[in-house]
Amino acid sequence: MTDRRTTIKLVIAAAAAMPALRARANYRDNLEPGASAPGNLRQFEPTAHGYGPDPDLVKAYEKGAFWPLTLNAQQRQLAGALSDLIIPADDHSPSASAVGVVEFIDEWISAPYPKQREDRGAVLNGFAWLDEEAQHRSEQPFAKLQEAEQRAICDRICNASRAPADLQGPAQFFATYRNLTAAGFYTTLAGRKDLQYIGNVALTHFDGPPVELLRKLGLA
Amino acid sequence: MPFVTASSQRGPYDVIIVGSGAGSGQAAYTLCMEGVRVLMLEAGRRYTPATESPMFQTPDMAPLGGADTPDKNKGFYDATVDGGWDVPGQPYVSVPDKWGGHFTWWRARMLGGRTNHWGRISLRNGPYDFKPRSRDGLGFDWPITYDDVAPYYDKVELLIGVYGGDTSLENTPAGPGGTLLPPPKPIVSDHLLMKHAPKLGIPVLPGRRAVLTRPQDHHTIPGKLHPGNHRAQKILADAMKKRSPCLWATPCGRGCAVAANYQSTTVHIPPALATGNLDIITDALVYEVTTGKNGHATGVRFVDATTGRHEHVSGRVVVLGASAYETARILLNSKSSQNPNGLANSSGLVGRYILDTVGSSVSAQIPLLESLPPLNEDAADGLQVYVPWWLYKENLSHKLPFPRGYHVEYGGGKHMPSVGTFAGLEWLTGGSYGKKFKEDARRYYGSFVYMDGRGAMVPNDNSYVEIDPKVKDKFGIPVLRIHWQWGDYEQRQAVHMQETFGALAEAMGGRVTSPIVKDPTKAVAPGGYMIHEVGGTIMGASARSSVTNRWSQTWDVPNLFVADGGVFPYNADKNPTLTIMALSWRMSDHIVDRMRRREI
Repeated sequence: MTDRRTTIKLVIAAAAAMPALRARANYRDNLEPGASAPGNLRQFEPTAHGYGPDPDLVKAYEKGAFWPLTLNAQQRQLAGALSDLIIPADDHSPSASAVGVVEFIDEWISAPYPKQREDRGAVLNGFAWLDEEAQHRSEQPFAKLQEAEQRAICDRICNASRAPADLQGPAQFFATYRNLTAAGFYTTLAGRKDLQYIGNVALTHFDGPPVELLRKLGLA
Repeated sequence: MPFVTASSQRGPYDVIIVGSGAGSGQAAYTLCMEGVRVLMLEAGRRYTPATESPMFQTPDMAPLGGADTPDKNKGFYDATVDGGWDVPGQPYVSVPDKWGGHFTWWRARMLGGRTNHWGRISLRNGPYDFKPRSRDGLGFDWPITYDDVAPYYDKVELLIGVYGGDTSLENTPAGPGGTLLPPPKPIVSDHLLMKHAPKLGIPVLPGRRAVLTRPQDHHTIPGKLHPGNHRAQKILADAMKKRSPCLWATPCGRGCAVAANYQSTTVHIPPALATGNLDIITDALVYEVTTGKNGHATGVRFVDATTGRHEHVSGRVVVLGASAYETARILLNSKSSQNPNGLANSSGLVGRYILDTVGSSVSAQIPLLESLPPLNEDAADGLQVYVPWWLYKENLSHKLPFPRGYHVEYGGGKHMPSVGTFAGLEWLTGGSYGKKFKEDARRYYGSFVYMDGRGAMVPNDNSYVEIDPKVKDKFGIPVLRIHWQWGDYEQRQAVHMQETFGALAEAMGGRVTSPIVKDPTKAVAPGGYMIHEVGGTIMGASARSSVTNRWSQTWDVPNLFVADGGVFPYNADKNPTLTIMALSWRMSDHIVDRMRRREI
């Protein structure tokens, strides 16, 4: 008989079996399913509750402006704890949860589009696995664990290429969640400041890099 | 009122233009400046870049951080609205090639069409590109030479504003000097390429894009473009004064509210409207060219998408610029007892020899570019430099297993972080999280470069469009069935791209982010991905071998012309938009001449 933890592992292994996010060069392996059906009919299927093909591009949107959000209070706690393990506050910038990453991820996994539906399965199952794992170790939900205990769990799944075979599903989940946390964080003002991104401002002229830098790099 | 409706239109017009993108915009501009009364019909809605372009919006203001979705295929802020790989209510059928890849068709149903989001890369075809068959025996020659088109390249560059360098290389002409604006300064990653590519024998030139790197010279250009036509000169000078030079910020593909880059909606249509000679009906889906007893075109039928009603407008001349395959669709759907196979199709070649561009990409991570100090590298949104094709002699001597070339679009830099910027870094970070992940993000940010190969396609018999026997769009109009097949040459060329980019990455001290693809069937992007849709109404030397003649005029119907990429009998590696505009201007001059002589 399969216990619940094993079942969750299997479920998220399936949900997380997605193409790697590294830049693709091999086009054939990235074709849409059904691409080899004879005479594919390309028919636009409007996505219910999506923002449609002609949204107002100029206005700023609140999270959840287009579709209802998903996470309950307990899941939000877990989401925040995990995001902050991945992107904690440091001397450069605040933590992920402090700049709205939980809301970003909630909006993401609640969206009606195929990629986001896929990530939703991975994230919700991953949350369930983390709580099961935490209960198993310390009889507490993941969000309530000491940071050292949380890290002890995450250390085993933070790199899929090193994770044991039976933890490949959770490792794929962790990779997805780290991608989403980074996506949410580095697209905010705080994230841009952390990276010292100084563009997106109107300039009267563009000078290129300082010659001293080019010299230092051996490029001038 | 220049924007009219089916009931307020003021026909009959001198010329009806179907479409509003690069070719149609240029035709409307040239014709209206010469006093021709024009009606433009656009299938999509009216679109106003000045108020609709999300220029400085940051990703956190958009749903999903601006990620691409089935609703907005190139990201939330891409200028394309009501379009993309699929258009609501307007399906098409794509027949897969023998490896299961299929052609995907990007359409933009909006005023200005695809010019609103395009990459602005503006390369001239060279002399070989107009006579490829004479050079290597493959495909078709154009019925015109580089010298026929060169004056129009000059004019288009002056009108729309193209930056670039004045260096000419083999089959990579730069014009007579003075037509290009100064190129942007290279950024750090560009200097890296400039240092290492020449060691592999690979040249690097300033990029060429339709972006104003300084204000246009509104004192002298109008006189050069419209000699003797003082009204046109004044209108153009006023239009040029309204364009701002580049702000050195924001992606061009979002559209430009200050008209610093070329879009039909900011550069062609405003002066055409200012002449008072242009009327525009939007939401007008043209599906048929009507003809009279003498076989000449009398006008077009369209569906008014706002009412669903079928309408007719008449004109002395009809110009199709609906996009290459849509133009073929209109002709094939224009069936009558006189023309059972569709209009202008006595050759049977309408829809044949469709072409795209060979695409293959490699990106690499470069240790030298890690942890650089803060730099504003927005520049003019890319392509400060590029690599033109450099192995023409090897093509000719069969030292390469493919006959035609490609160019390389290269980029890098510290661009505004997007949702994908830090995804999938485990191969570099070892799976870090916590403070170490933040350090890694700072270290690797801006340390990636990409190389996109863009190659020539030799026309082949297996790539064509026809009318699907069953499927209709929501207005009841039969849709296209697209057949696509890359040839061996294109596939081998894509492998050469992969291997070359791998070598370049190594020369720059970098690591490729995914393995170099050596399987020819896998290295090339699927048909349509490059959105360089041309062919299908190809121009040629005779009515038997082509649909249109050297003036983009259909052989069969003297007052019917094609202004889009449909007339291309060959798609060189040079991106087609500049050539579409040059040919459309040339065609429009010819229409004016013939109309003045009352020949059409």
